[in-house]
Amino acid sequence: MTTTENRPQFKVVGTRPVRHDGLEKVTGKAKYGADVILPGMLYGKVLRSPHPHARIKSIDTSGALKIPGVKAVVTAKDLPIQSDKMVELGEAHANMKQIAENCLANDKVLYKGHAVAAVAATSPHIAEEALDAIKVVYEVLPFVLNVDDAMKPGATLLHENMVTRAVLGGKPDPAKQVGKSNVSSEMRWVGGNLEQAWKDSHVIVEREYFTKPVHQGYIEPHVTTVNWNPDGKITVWTSTQHTFGVRQQAAAILQVPEGMVKVIPMEIGGGFGGKINVYLEPAAAMLSKKTGHPVKMVMTRKEVFEASGPTSGSHMKMKVGATKDGKITGWQLWLAFEAGAYPGSPVAMGAMCSSAPYIVENFDVSALDIVVNKPKVAAYRAPGSPIGAFAVESTLDELAEKLGMDPMDFRLKNAAKEGTRQITGAPLGKIGNIEVMTQVKNHPHYKSPLPVGPNVGRGVGMGYWFNIGMQSSAALNVNPDGSVSLVTGSVDIGGTRVAVAMQAAEILGIRAEDVIPTVADTDSIGWTGVTGGSRTAFATGIAAINAAEEVKKQLIARAALMWEVKPEDIEFKDGLYINKKSPKDSVTMKQLAAKMMMTGGYVTASATANPRMAGAAYGAMIVDVKVDPETGKVDLLRVTAFQDAGKAAHPSYVEGQIQGGAVQGIGWALNEEYFHTTDGVMANSSWLDYRMPTSLDLPMIDPVIIEVPNPGHPFGLRGVGEVGICAPMAAIRNAIFRATGARMYHLPMNPGSIVEAIGAKKAAGHTNGAAKK
Amino acid sequence: MAEKGAKARALAGGTDLLVQLRVKRYIVDRVVDVKHIAEMNELSYSDSKGLVLGAAVPCYRVYEDKHISAKYPGLYDSASLIGGIQIQTRAGIGGNLANAAPSADAIPSLIALGATANIAGPKGKRSVPVEHFCTGPGKSVLQDGELLVSMSIPPPQAKMGSTYIRFIPRNEMDIAVVGVGVSVVLNGNSIKSARIALASVGPTPIFATEAGNWLTGKAPTEDSVMQAAEAAKKAAKPITDMRGTIEQRIHLVGVLTKRSLLSAITRAKEAR
Repeated sequence: MTTTENRPQFKVVGTRPVRHDGLEKVTGKAKYGADVILPGMLYGKVLRSPHPHARIKSIDTSGALKIPGVKAVVTAKDLPIQSDKMVELGEAHANMKQIAENCLANDKVLYKGHAVAAVAATSPHIAEEALDAIKVVYEVLPFVLNVDDAMKPGATLLHENMVTRAVLGGKPDPAKQVGKSNVSSEMRWVGGNLEQAWKDSHVIVEREYFTKPVHQGYIEPHVTTVNWNPDGKITVWTSTQHTFGVRQQAAAILQVPEGMVKVIPMEIGGGFGGKINVYLEPAAAMLSKKTGHPVKMVMTRKEVFEASGPTSGSHMKMKVGATKDGKITGWQLWLAFEAGAYPGSPVAMGAMCSSAPYIVENFDVSALDIVVNKPKVAAYRAPGSPIGAFAVESTLDELAEKLGMDPMDFRLKNAAKEGTRQITGAPLGKIGNIEVMTQVKNHPHYKSPLPVGPNVGRGVGMGYWFNIGMQSSAALNVNPDGSVSLVTGSVDIGGTRVAVAMQAAEILGIRAEDVIPTVADTDSIGWTGVTGGSRTAFATGIAAINAAEEVKKQLIARAALMWEVKPEDIEFKDGLYINKKSPKDSVTMKQLAAKMMMTGGYVTASATANPRMAGAAYGAMIVDVKVDPETGKVDLLRVTAFQDAGKAAHPSYVEGQIQGGAVQGIGWALNEEYFHTTDGVMANSSWLDYRMPTSLDLPMIDPVIIEVPNPGHPFGLRGVGEVGICAPMAAIRNAIFRATGARMYHLPMNPGSIVEAIGAKKAAGHTNGAAKK
Repeated sequence: MAEKGAKARALAGGTDLLVQLRVKRYIVDRVVDVKHIAEMNELSYSDSKGLVLGAAVPCYRVYEDKHISAKYPGLYDSASLIGGIQIQTRAGIGGNLANAAPSADAIPSLIALGATANIAGPKGKRSVPVEHFCTGPGKSVLQDGELLVSMSIPPPQAKMGSTYIRFIPRNEMDIAVVGVGVSVVLNGNSIKSARIALASVGPTPIFATEAGNWLTGKAPTEDSVMQAAEAAKKAAKPITDMRGTIEQRIHLVGVLTKRSLLSAITRAKEAR
């Protein structure tokens, strides 16, 4: 771990205690969504569209209802009629009409796997059998599967009345001609003088990139159990990143007051952004309402692939220039992202993030959000940023090569710092960009010679993610034994229970083990935002700190009462409450807690925080690859992943996040993709053929934590969960070039495409093109 | 099994069958557990009769058997890369053959080693050379009511080597984009005979006889091997799907045939 500044020393923050939920999880006792079993529970299954695009002419459910054991069937007709209401869900805004239609298709199905109807029965097998007895008549429509086809004149329109929303610099762009289109929005940012910039350029590189949708790949499929009582109270047991978001979406779709919905979070087997939108809850709720029984629904892996997740496929173009000494002159970036069936790709974030490591003064950046006949995209770890970074970090590598500059020297020459204005005009806050780049440049990995042998190469890439703040709540109860129960509303992904508990422990001067964290349901804790946006350890941590400060204040008052002095006569130091008037009088929290009943009753406190300065994160990767030029297979020889954590609350889990992000980026780089057949069907909707990396495909990923404290957090924490996924694709791509001389412009860079690129390179007679490191 | 005909399937390891039933590839009325039939669990070797491999013998028994690793290294290769360790405790070579997938990792090795499939059914017993066993994707010569009981492999000739190599984009847990199984018998400084079989490049595993026969009498050099690899490419009839394109697969047949032949030649030189 690397510390870049002299920091106050903490007693708990920065240590590595055993996580509180560890034993339950490794012994299989922790309860996940699929473990929910309730008396009288029914099982729901979803009938899904076999067509990528079709109009629903009729649905006949009578056959299914005749099957013994089938208790109810629902379709979109059973849901209240929706208006185009927008809700904020943490990393994305959502249109409730579209979310409802995504849960049960109304008049059209927009992708293969789109939910059409749902059945509740006494067993999952009966429910599944009943699906075959529902007769749907479709009018099959032409479909579009990528952004280029979707933009063609005369392309079939997914949403017949959708008009492109044209935005320039954050305001409506009146100059842009818009009409009915699959392009839901086109956002553009223009600054400086691009024409002059090209004239000032010594080198200009212009390239084009294509990427495929990829899935978050959480191990636990979507699952929910819903009980709708006759008194109108609805209870939802689910694995979600955002209990209050599920409550908000369910209430909006079902058109009931939010207070009537209680969401109970189960442990979650991964989310990565994909478990924020609701998929199953509206249908399960309606089935429960119809039958009077709780209804449980679990997706199969095929359903997870075909109807949840993924993030966008894309087509991107980049033109960038530089002076002879390597200063970036002009920056032109065009990003077109697949949104899936409904608007809402992370293309704007891709545009903003990919330029954030650099000083970009003359620019023209366009971001197009385009609907296609594929599942609606969902947030995925630093949504949009990894896609944009693939284009930017790849093009900059070529620019540095043409200038004959070391790729990190080139980046450092153009590095953004505190105050640098982003393309939106907003200045960057206190950031660790230059510190990350410098660490890469000085790291032994970067300085080491390449492993011996042919077809070996090294590449680097950078990444950026905003991180978000938002509201979180925490409640503390001091127990008579001196331990403290900590209640939050933040579902624990990646060790946030312990990371938040450690922050309360730091304030109270007790051990992390003496704080007992619990994740509560939506009726039992103040409003809390999504576990996402890398916000949980940061924002829920601040809520816990605030509650702990209040507990400390009360305990100081209790100590003052005991010694008959004023609270300001009490000093709190190293976990001891000391009477300044008589310094031999000191008590521990444990001693004070034992006397709570004699000094005024139990001590409790709750707090809500709504911090804004989440502290943006920068990350980088160095990767060494070996390519088999005959088969195109890429072996990763060495991977070092760098990240500014601000302050690593629990370094093990920060390292886990860095490694996890790196692994997902590696999968995205090499093999993962939604492979669609020409009839619009995802052909590889299984773990077998989706080809995520297994442990056998990965070397040890060496994490390097850099700590440039975030002034927006009492201990300096930044969000750490996402930025690690941004750099790997370009880093691997740049390493493949140095290993083979072939430049890749498509993701995934699978073996077939690498053999093809090497062959094309040879055919073009540029076999000596591999740059010297 | 005879009673239910096409509506019955045999279950040995079940690693293919259970998945197929779940995705409704086969809709059956009866699943017959065959893994406790003594004959189907036989694993025996003698220098005179060669290897008898019961159809229900799981992979781990194959790759842990010292006769197989010494005499039939190509079969050892296949058994040790089918699935992961958990799968290998259940899945067997017999099931791999009976399932008749074009991508089966064991079938090219069986063909290269000259194996025979021993079948029992209502009309008695019969034997079929493995290269004639598969008739299409998931289809074989097994008639309704028939069961694959075992496979017989003749004893290896002197100076014989065999190898199976497959290409997958990951390192494990994947299905062959292309697989090549070969056997080579050396006679002094020339190749006495060679057999080459290909996986995942046609509706059935392919016995590339011309490529193998071409090597007869040739010197065991890289040059000969490259020419045989070119001949093997001509035997391949692949399709484009999510696992690979026609061009990639034909290219890989060449690469893997070359590599597997070179490996088998090395093994043959080391063999007694």
